[in-house]
Amino acid sequence: MATIEKDSVSGQNTTGHEWDGIKELNTPLPKWWVYVFWASVIWAIGYWVLYPSWPTQNGYLKGTLGYSSRGELANDLELQKKGRSAWLSKIEASDTAAIEKDKDLLRYAMAGGKIAFNENCAPCHGSGGVGVVGAYPTLADDEWLWGGALADIEQTIQYGVRSAHKDTRASEMPKFGADGLLKNEQIAAVADYVVTLASKAPAKGSAGETVYAENCAVCHAEDGAGQAALGAPALNNQIWLFKGGKDSVKDLVVAQVTKPKHGAMPAWVDRLDPSTIKMLAVYVHNLGGGK
Amino acid sequence: MFKHHAKIETNIFFMAVGILLTIVVGGLVEVIPLFSIESTIEKVDGVRPYTPLELAGRNIYIREGCYNCHSQMIRPFKDEVERYGHYSLAAESKYDHPFQWGSKRTGPDLARVGGKYTDDWQVRHLINPRDVVPGSIMPGYKHLTRPLDYADIATHLTVNRMVGVPYTDAQIASAKKDVEEQVFSDVGSSPAVLASYPKASLGKASIGLSTANPKVVTEMDALVAYLQVLGTMVDFKTVDDKLIRR
Repeated sequence: MATIEKDSVSGQNTTGHEWDGIKELNTPLPKWWVYVFWASVIWAIGYWVLYPSWPTQNGYLKGTLGYSSRGELANDLELQKKGRSAWLSKIEASDTAAIEKDKDLLRYAMAGGKIAFNENCAPCHGSGGVGVVGAYPTLADDEWLWGGALADIEQTIQYGVRSAHKDTRASEMPKFGADGLLKNEQIAAVADYVVTLASKAPAKGSAGETVYAENCAVCHAEDGAGQAALGAPALNNQIWLFKGGKDSVKDLVVAQVTKPKHGAMPAWVDRLDPSTIKMLAVYVHNLGGGK
Repeated sequence: MFKHHAKIETNIFFMAVGILLTIVVGGLVEVIPLFSIESTIEKVDGVRPYTPLELAGRNIYIREGCYNCHSQMIRPFKDEVERYGHYSLAAESKYDHPFQWGSKRTGPDLARVGGKYTDDWQVRHLINPRDVVPGSIMPGYKHLTRPLDYADIATHLTVNRMVGVPYTDAQIASAKKDVEEQVFSDVGSSPAVLASYPKASLGKASIGLSTANPKVVTEMDALVAYLQVLGTMVDFKTVDDKLIRR
């Protein structure tokens, strides 16, 4: 049945099979292909021997070269650290105030701080520290909730505000309305007073002034300047953290006195290294309003 | 060898045996390593099963297709470690069924997003990402402010236990209560759910919404609780880098 013939055109043998008058050439695989095939089989075996391959009962075959991608990363990071050490070692050794005084170091810290800021801070505080209306504070002005000095900023970045860290900055305004500490008329009166306070023309002798003096002044100060140590915002200007576009200042103050909203910020001390935090503090301090 | 090939091809018995042998060898090579693959998982402390609320959030993460744009796998490369933090360990997804490593990043990696932002930010961002990140192309997920259906949450724990997640009977029994406890406990308090599941993020994430009903658990609360635990279980200060090298 199987008659192997020599094909006259190609000079190759046929397979000897015939299907409906069609015969098939039995051309061998090209030599180069066969060599490459066996070479890759041998290569694979060599690879198993040299590099990590099979899992075993208590670990895995590590390979005779001892390669590990995580080990390689450790080396890369070490090299990178060495490459940056000319500047980073100075950042590590200096405090933020010293960094700001050294012009070259300041330039380096600003560049590094900007990169870290864009990755970690900009989602809330906006690119360049513009903030988000009604939600997150602007960092480019000279109004600060927890202090705008370098050390204050550094501390806020490290431990956050009302964060999960044990050293977090935290304070809580009493729920004057919800807890019945003030009556509705008193809240309305104090809100009216705060509106006048904010426009720098406090209504002296009003009912609101008395309420303010008795309840608010201890944290927000008599003149409404606020108190950074307690995170008590200044009330004697037109900057309102939780004011959306449409709210009136009075409604906002009433809502806040009734049942206050409190902002929060994560702690970064466990996520970023100390030099990055220093560079961030310097960067934020130089965004426009550092004190 | 090759001249006997015709014998195999023309005899159905030899052919069948030959096919069987080929499949057996190929199969064994693929299957045998799986019996000992667990030995390659890093031995680190802290990885625990998800709280019922986190598990519900994880189901929403999968339902909404978050994995289409977000990976959960920080590879051991310099640039990834610099941006996202410590590279991901196999141990960190050992209770993930299925794991959410992903294969494409349209958005950033989320393996260590836990604790990076506040609950408030996560909620605002999920409702309309452009409210906080002007250039974002992520869709808004406003519909997640609807109530979470967690009547069957204990079943989800049971199913996870069937595939190897070590939930205890007590944890399964209190699943529904744990959901509520995690949402309605104040940040900083220490309810029973924390003893059972350390580092769980407490509090109602969507509390800041003007439309929020403070007494209802929303899908948003579940998703944010899940996001807030991602990558936070292992404390890398306690891990010897040399012991987890692979």
